[in-house]
Amino acid sequence: MADGASAQRVDMARALRDAGFTAVLALGLLLPLIGFQTITDTRNNLVLVTRWPLLFGLVAFVGIARFVFSIAIAPYLTQRRERPVAASSAARNWMRKWFVSFSIAFVVAYPGIVVLLEGFAGAVKWIDNFGIQILIYVMLGWGLNIVVGLAGLLDLGYVAFYAVGAYSYALLAKTFGLSFWLLLPLAGILASFWGILLGFPVLRLRGDYLAIVTLAFGEIIRIVIINWVDLTNGYAGITGIPRPTLFGIPFNADDNGFAAVFGLEFSPLYRVVFLYYIILVLALLTAFVTLRLRRLPVGRAWEALREDEIACRSLGINTTNTKLTAFAMGAMFAGFAGSFFATRQGFISPESFTFLESATILSIVVLGGMGSQIGVAIAAIAMIGGTEIMRELDFLRRIFGPTFDPTQYRMLLFGFAMVLIMIWRPRGLITTRAPSVFLKERKSISGELTREGHG
Amino acid sequence: MEVFLQQLINGITLGSIYGLIAIGYTMVFGIIGMVNFAHGDVFMMSAFIALIAFLLLTAWLGVSSITLALFIVLIVAMLFTSLVNWVIERVAYRPLRGSFRLAPLISAIGMSIFLSNFVQVSQGPRNKPIPPMVQGEFVLLNRNDYAVTMSVRQLIIWGVTAVLLVAFWYLVAKTPLGRAQRACEQDQKMAALVGVDVDRTISMTFVIAAALAAVAGTMYLMYYGVVTFSDGFVPGVKAFTAAVLGGIGSLPGAVIGGLLIGLIETMWSAYFSIDYKDVAAFSILAITLIFLPQGLFGRPDVEKV
Repeated sequence: MADGASAQRVDMARALRDAGFTAVLALGLLLPLIGFQTITDTRNNLVLVTRWPLLFGLVAFVGIARFVFSIAIAPYLTQRRERPVAASSAARNWMRKWFVSFSIAFVVAYPGIVVLLEGFAGAVKWIDNFGIQILIYVMLGWGLNIVVGLAGLLDLGYVAFYAVGAYSYALLAKTFGLSFWLLLPLAGILASFWGILLGFPVLRLRGDYLAIVTLAFGEIIRIVIINWVDLTNGYAGITGIPRPTLFGIPFNADDNGFAAVFGLEFSPLYRVVFLYYIILVLALLTAFVTLRLRRLPVGRAWEALREDEIACRSLGINTTNTKLTAFAMGAMFAGFAGSFFATRQGFISPESFTFLESATILSIVVLGGMGSQIGVAIAAIAMIGGTEIMRELDFLRRIFGPTFDPTQYRMLLFGFAMVLIMIWRPRGLITTRAPSVFLKERKSISGELTREGHG
Repeated sequence: MEVFLQQLINGITLGSIYGLIAIGYTMVFGIIGMVNFAHGDVFMMSAFIALIAFLLLTAWLGVSSITLALFIVLIVAMLFTSLVNWVIERVAYRPLRGSFRLAPLISAIGMSIFLSNFVQVSQGPRNKPIPPMVQGEFVLLNRNDYAVTMSVRQLIIWGVTAVLLVAFWYLVAKTPLGRAQRACEQDQKMAALVGVDVDRTISMTFVIAAALAAVAGTMYLMYYGVVTFSDGFVPGVKAFTAAVLGGIGSLPGAVIGGLLIGLIETMWSAYFSIDYKDVAAFSILAITLIFLPQGLFGRPDVEKV
């Protein structure tokens, strides 16, 4: 008993020392950029102002957080690590079995639920900002999952194909007046063509190098879009992109619009709900095709490639073709998503296709657990929904004053979350691997047991 | 000819900055085999630290000697940036050592987003212009009404880079720390067995990389006189290109690669199209990796760092 108490006290001293050290470190880190602010004064000169209260507030916060962590959270974590993993219960199995069906039912019913809860006017925001926005990223995540999760090729320039899809649709629709439904497959084909074109030279590279070259290609495409003003209108972007129609019925307030044809009162909600279902179908199509492809020889070749390229080659698999199909399939879904993005926004510019976008999609795939469809969907909801919800947090403004703008901190927290989740679960949220083909029994194994990404 | 000479001077200046950043990429890649994606943002942050130190010295403390001010700014930027990179390595990369291959890269991308947004939030999104720190230039050649000039700023950049490279070479080639670094790079387990503190060596590698990036950041600020939060990405990718072109893992390769990238960029801007100068750098990256993946000086069997 006495020993325990003294150990406790020693821990306390150590926690205090750690907290002090962390606070000093935080002071060093934050002193230049938080302690001083550079602002432009009225005579257009750059001057310094100090922010001591903020600096010392943050330093104290970091020190206290560290102290709380070492006396309360760290022991709890060690305790939890020592406890044996509980066997999966019946309730958990039941949940796992019905989770997918339930989720699909929920997303199909989502617009209805929101309209019931928020009414016609309030629902637009929730369906548009949350529903559609998240589903676009779910779809992009599932598309990139083919390249990164299944074939193990790290692609940092995925947004290039998204841009190709968006610009293909915008330019063809505006120049030739073709409809969305015709151009959607065309945009996908064009994007996958670009995937093959770019994929061909880079596929002999491995790992990190492949990542950097795809990043370079992504940036090249963006710079070309910016500078080829005759075609793309450069930074100004393309406006007035046609909206999709339902069998030729547009969603506007005209006499031949959707509301008038069906004898309803006009509301922007109809178009938003229509767009929501388009992207939902596209996203589910991506998931369905991916699941099916996994069972085909090409899908199995992708996964074999991810695990071991040399073994793959010695079994007679044509690795170049296998990689190219993965690249092309991933690019095609990005092209679909891109043309949907263009028609939803009605406006596109190179600003929407920066490297940050590629990094966001990649982080969704990696955080979700590479290769896991459900994990990717959950990660997309958490990351995109999380950043969107920050716009809604009015109570923060009440705490930090009326000039406080939470959206400013979105990317800051996003980057921080990426680092934290990598440290917490480097393999992503869902790490189990379920085989698509099995001999007697379907056994899921932990992702920790597999190697990957050596392709 | 005169245009060429002028661009040569400009290119070497720019290339010195890229070379200093490239050393950071190549050292970290050599020792732990990861592309330190956040290095470009560490460079950007160092330019901000230099900016604040410079304003503090001149406006608040009234240091009038520009040489002294520059010297202090350089030291301050190196110190604080080293601290930042040391903490980054401890927090974001060390827990992931021995994890699967993509984990450190993703963590580094997250860190890169975090750093650039931290600077944006703390210092504001606008450009930060300062009055020129150093003025004056020499006319080297005057022919056909075209004067080839070299500014004092460029001279300072050349001089500082040269001095630091010599110091750095001495550090890696002659000191126990450099020896430990080279040992860790060849075989970490073996190095640990013969008594090299691997963790400490890796930390020191990040500190040195950050110090050199801080020199580049200070030079960048002095040369262009303006910095903004998004300035880390493109110079970062170009410096990485330089490291790859020179052969990743090779220190002389990084410097020569940096000079080459600087020259190619300025020549491209002068003779072809300034709009597409980034495309030139990115294309070189892709072409080098596809056709010459070991770079100019990187040989698999050669001693590196």
